[in-house]
Amino acid sequence: MEDIEKPFETRELTISMGPQHPATHGVLRLVLNLDGENVVKCTPYVGYLHRGIEKLGENKTYFAALPLSDRLDYIASMSNNIGYVNAVEKLFGIEAPERAKFIRTIVAEMSRLSSHIIWLGTHVLDIGATTPFLLAMAQRERIMDLFEMLCGARLTVSYPRVGGVRNDISQEFLDKLYEFVLEFPDRIDDYETLVTENRIWKKRTVSVGVISPEEAVNWGLTGGTLRGSGVNYDVRKYAPYDAYDRIEFDVPIGKNGDCYDRYLVRVGEMRQANRILKQCIEKLPAGPVMADAPKFTLPPKDLVLKDMEHLIHQFILITKGPTVPEGEVYVGTEVPKGELGFYFISDGTGKPYRMRVRAPSYVHASVLPRLSEGGLIADVIANIGTIDIVLGECDR
Amino acid sequence: MEPIEIANKLKEKFPEEVLYIKEFRGQVSVTLKKGKILEICRYLHDEPDLYFDYLMDLCGADYLGKKDNRFEVVYHLYSIKHRHMIRLKAEVSENNPSINSVMPVWVGANWHEREAYDMYGIIFNGHPDLRRILLPEDWEGHPLRKDYPVKGPEKEWPGFLEVLDKAKRYSEFEWHG
Repeated sequence: MEDIEKPFETRELTISMGPQHPATHGVLRLVLNLDGENVVKCTPYVGYLHRGIEKLGENKTYFAALPLSDRLDYIASMSNNIGYVNAVEKLFGIEAPERAKFIRTIVAEMSRLSSHIIWLGTHVLDIGATTPFLLAMAQRERIMDLFEMLCGARLTVSYPRVGGVRNDISQEFLDKLYEFVLEFPDRIDDYETLVTENRIWKKRTVSVGVISPEEAVNWGLTGGTLRGSGVNYDVRKYAPYDAYDRIEFDVPIGKNGDCYDRYLVRVGEMRQANRILKQCIEKLPAGPVMADAPKFTLPPKDLVLKDMEHLIHQFILITKGPTVPEGEVYVGTEVPKGELGFYFISDGTGKPYRMRVRAPSYVHASVLPRLSEGGLIADVIANIGTIDIVLGECDR
Repeated sequence: MEPIEIANKLKEKFPEEVLYIKEFRGQVSVTLKKGKILEICRYLHDEPDLYFDYLMDLCGADYLGKKDNRFEVVYHLYSIKHRHMIRLKAEVSENNPSINSVMPVWVGANWHEREAYDMYGIIFNGHPDLRRILLPEDWEGHPLRKDYPVKGPEKEWPGFLEVLDKAKRYSEFEWHG
């Protein structure tokens, strides 16, 4: 009896979670100092996927560096391409034609859906629900099939090009997409039936990882992670690019800044993405899909294969690059994870002097200690899921 | 507020710190001396008309052989309330590559500053945890410097040699069961 009344001798335990851990969504390593089940200190280690994309970008021409942006956030590579080409177009001073802008908006929202579907599936799977994951992946497969139909690639697409998009979209593609768009809201209802009011889900996410709006802005959070705290900041509304200024959509906002609100915001974003897709298909204008700026855009492929002048033109643009005005631009776009910014310093040659990628996942990973310290170790898993990181983008 | 107005306001407030103002494609960058960067950032953050509450990006840049001061630290600031943006560039010399950290103003600068240290070797005074972030701790050199070869250093990183060595030993291991 005396032994039991004596306080236990406890000590802090340090464990290394990751880099190979299923719930860290890639190769993220967290060193956790634990007092029983409570997290005292959390130190993230990133960089396992560092491939030097910024350095590589400085040694390639603007056209040749486009596929590098696929390798950032490989779940939503369309959105990354669009961020990249928008920044380059701003630097070149050209603009894509109307039809290309609408097509880009369509593919960006498709990749937003596909990314959010993955996020939803893996986030709930981490917390213990298997069914939504399987249901969600089936829908993602349909989007991947559509991408394949559009450009032949499923994951690393490089479909948007500087000055427009690679090829026009077919009526067959639009019909299939419209079919998907009409049906998808029912699928979101399915997920919500399983998850939103689920008691276990609410126990695991409500009041977990709370961050106030002021603090969230101060940390530099963006995307759904920021809007869950109730800050109405969306690049698509604040600095519209592509066709977003001609489309009606709402920005879902959370209240409490916890994991549950961030979940609601992203589910709301899926519904809005569906709404945007529907409008884009209905409003899609006719016309060319590549800007008429021969000095800054690649010539059409069929002409390159047929005549000498276009072949030389393509060769020069890829190897030497265009003559770019000196200057610097920063362009941010709203990718599924948050604000993806590309910052170029041009020194007048065909290669960027400095290419900087402002990756949302990098900033979101840095906030993990703030969200996790003082909570339980089980909540660390919920926090990793809720900030929606992809390590390819975080490590660059 | 228009970005050029913000730049002029900044110049009025800190006439000796602002070196020059450049505009390109509607974006304004203000080049500064590095000395009072923390005061300038605090002013931009606290002034109600400006209210730059969101540090979009912080990165380094290397102007080897192009400018007298080799490095620059680039800050992209945005105000969610007023919807305006400005770019600050603080010059940092090669002999003394250090600058004050802006973490007291924006906590989010933490990892960006660590990355700039990792990639360029710029030291941020007052940063609580200035370690390498993307590269291993025992890495030599700073990869984004212009004099660093694209294909990497001649000498292999010791950590990789260790892995190769381990793999070799394990492949030679024979099981006597």
